[in-house]
Amino acid sequence: MGIRTLVAMLVTALVVIGALATQESYKVFMPGLLQGAVLTIEIAILGSLLAIVMGVLAALARMYGPAPLRWLATVYVEIFRGTSALVQLFWLFFVLPQFGVTLNAFLVAVLALGLNVGAYGSEVVRGAIQSVARGQWEASTALNMSRPQMLRRIILPQAFVAMIPPWGNLFIELLKSTALVSLITLSDLAFKAQQMNQNTFKTIPIFTLVLLMYLAMSLVVTIGMRLLERRASLGLARGKAA
Amino acid sequence: MIWDWAFAFEILPVLASAAIVSIEATLIGFALAASLGLVLAVVRIAVPWTGWTISVLVELIRSTPLLIQIFFLYFVFPKFGVVLDAFTAGVLAIGIHYAAYCSEVYRAGFDNIHRGQWEASVALNLSAWTTFRDIIIPQAIPPIVPALGNYLVALFKETPLLSAIAVLELMQTAKIIGSETFRYTEPMTLVGLFFLAMSLVSAALIRSLEGLLNRRTMR
Repeated sequence: MGIRTLVAMLVTALVVIGALATQESYKVFMPGLLQGAVLTIEIAILGSLLAIVMGVLAALARMYGPAPLRWLATVYVEIFRGTSALVQLFWLFFVLPQFGVTLNAFLVAVLALGLNVGAYGSEVVRGAIQSVARGQWEASTALNMSRPQMLRRIILPQAFVAMIPPWGNLFIELLKSTALVSLITLSDLAFKAQQMNQNTFKTIPIFTLVLLMYLAMSLVVTIGMRLLERRASLGLARGKAA
Repeated sequence: MIWDWAFAFEILPVLASAAIVSIEATLIGFALAASLGLVLAVVRIAVPWTGWTISVLVELIRSTPLLIQIFFLYFVFPKFGVVLDAFTAGVLAIGIHYAAYCSEVYRAGFDNIHRGQWEASVALNLSAWTTFRDIIIPQAIPPIVPALGNYLVALFKETPLLSAIAVLELMQTAKIIGSETFRYTEPMTLVGLFFLAMSLVSAALIRSLEGLLNRRTMR
């Protein structure tokens, strides 16, 4: 979908939320839902940051690390990609305390989602690095660059452009997965919705608002990533033409 | 003691029977997703004016959390007088959610068909139905089987969400065992291991299937 259509959808979603919020039957739910949305956004942002760090570290460890580190990174990626996000969340929340490590629910949420998406992200990073043309590596070697220099100056800036669209998808996945944290007692948007639904049975207004809010948040991420991609590849095209 | 083998073996049969519910949900959900996705993708090509509506619909479904969609279907249907049990509502939500993803996969498959194939079908005066059934679909489906397979695995890993509306699948059973015995370590870990094993096995299956299909389509 074109960026214009996406912006149009975002504006429509926001206008509909605004219009609904003026109605009496919807208005009562707004403060609670917005409160939940703030927590959702916090978890999504912190989780995304952790995912980026883990994704890059795991990819580099798997590609260039010494054997034990490589092995560790592979186990991490396989475990977090192979099991369900909800299982990971529950495991960290219920089982980890039995080993003497008790984390609060917020920390568990950020950790579980960040580690989960980071595992997928490491494959994205790996694929993007491998997609950089061989000649670039060879030229860097010919110029007598060290491996960190090569990565930092030549390979990663080019791989970065290829990474943007798949990372955008992962951020959306992460944003949607934050709904799971409602099941470990955090009062995010999904939790507030559930709670209000149980108290008032006004299912349709509550869930309509909640779906629209998630839609708006996802669209903001999608549009942001599109703009970033456009900017990043602009530089690359200019470089090529020169 | 942190890990109790005796307890782990005691709960294994209970978890195994719950795993069957998870697998059932996966298979029914995926059958729904694969067929509904195909319908969406075909309608989009066959009836051009639906293109915009379908892409907005797909975007809406893909941009909102599955958990919320499950709640929505489970709580909203009764308002219209249709009471669905938790399993049906949950599987329906999962199926519809993944249909949105699958329709994009099919679309990619259709886009890869050479234009000449469509034109030749028109030239031969084939109906739209025959064109799709005999010409397009047989060529479009094999290359996208691995992508569909990935969504099957992804869908399988989403089934624990059904525990949120109290479907007695693997996760819910593990939670119940945990709350009854105050031992979460064994049930949760076993559930995790079960998913890991299933995912690794299916990833290997998809890889070999991919190899098989590549060999067959290479002429």
